[in-house]
Amino acid sequence: MGFKSYCFKKSLWVFHFGGASCNNCDIEILDCLTPRHDLERFGILLVGSVRHADVLLVNGIINKHDKGRLLEVYNQAPKPILVVAIGACGCTGGLFTESITFAGPVDKVIPVDAYIPGCPPKPEAIIAGIVKLVQKS
Amino acid sequence: MAVNLFYFLVFPGLLFVSITGGFLSWFDRKISARVQFRKGPPILQPFYDFFKLLLVKETILPKQGSPIIFLIAPVFAVFGAVMAGVFILLPLFNISAGFRGDLIVIFYLLTIPSFSYIIGSLASGNPLAAVGGSREMKLILSYELTFLLFIAGIIMKCGQQFDLNSVIQVQQAGSPFIGSVSGILLFIVGIFCIQAKLALVPFDIPEAEAEITEGIYIEYSGSSYALIKLTKYIMLFVLPSLLTALLLGGFRLDGINILWSILKVLGIVLLLTLIRNTNPRIRIRQAVNFFMIWMNLLAVIALVLIVFGY
Repeated sequence: MGFKSYCFKKSLWVFHFGGASCNNCDIEILDCLTPRHDLERFGILLVGSVRHADVLLVNGIINKHDKGRLLEVYNQAPKPILVVAIGACGCTGGLFTESITFAGPVDKVIPVDAYIPGCPPKPEAIIAGIVKLVQKS
Repeated sequence: MAVNLFYFLVFPGLLFVSITGGFLSWFDRKISARVQFRKGPPILQPFYDFFKLLLVKETILPKQGSPIIFLIAPVFAVFGAVMAGVFILLPLFNISAGFRGDLIVIFYLLTIPSFSYIIGSLASGNPLAAVGGSREMKLILSYELTFLLFIAGIIMKCGQQFDLNSVIQVQQAGSPFIGSVSGILLFIVGIFCIQAKLALVPFDIPEAEAEITEGIYIEYSGSSYALIKLTKYIMLFVLPSLLTALLLGGFRLDGINILWSILKVLGIVLLLTLIRNTNPRIRIRQAVNFFMIWMNLLAVIALVLIVFGY
């Protein structure tokens, strides 16, 4: 393991993209940053601009409105960037697969590195997913 | 020549202030975490952040705007911060005496990082960065007069001496300036000026990440953002050590006094962190009012008290 990848794994900055979500996944993501779970002890921070991000969290289904915006945000991010799809809607489309505004799950729009299923996933599940992502990369 | 390069690059300069500033930045984050009942990041976290940004991430240039100025601005910011650090730390560590009037030079060098941020943000061509840049300008206009009055108070207190070395000598021969009424008033003024210069929370109006998504730094990525982070680490060490030199009697480097010197800097950073964690962000109008009316009033009262010898 090189020095560069070690530093990268130790400081993952997260940018949160909410698609057409029911807000449960958003709240569970915010739960990870609260004192009980405290992801900052692994160096994970929530940043305000996608230019500083290392991980793009996407939750909710991607409808026809969101598709272009998600692509734009992905193209604006500095590479290397990891993409994590959170929740049943982000991974597969979930309940909304047959909806007329559905434009495909996240991995049809941008390449996805990790999937965290659940409706919504517990904070423990999100942390387990991040750990597997760090071990993979 | 070689000695000056060594001063600038290694001992009181770039390497030393960066490493110390990195540890102080970890201390700041750890204290914030403990205040919020969290565990907090590991001790090497600022260095992981810096090297990740410097070595791993891609640097994106703005499509509209001026790429050269955009990239040069962080370099100037690091240069100004390190230069101010060298001029402050050389008399503080008793290496060389400095020169007459170096307080004025330090005052101007300390404004270079803020000006570089403004130039860089306006060169990026992003509307939110322009909003952040204009807020930073207003913030500078409001706190610089207060900071000048603060330095004027120190100069009057040590008998019209314009150099940092004699300020430290006067305090080490007598008692530190903070042990008087005017000294305490000047300390309050100085702490708030440093808070605004570092853009910590009550005054982080230019980089408000909730409303204008990091404001002046919005377009920076990769190695140019690493240089901005480095400037922030350096300023977090340089400004508290300036306050130590001006009001708390400076450093002494013999025996147990080393511990006291370290504790002085850590205490000031702790105070800044506690202010940062217990206050909400204020609006730019409130910040201008706060400095222009209340802090200037406090500084003028302190000046009058110094004239009457309190």
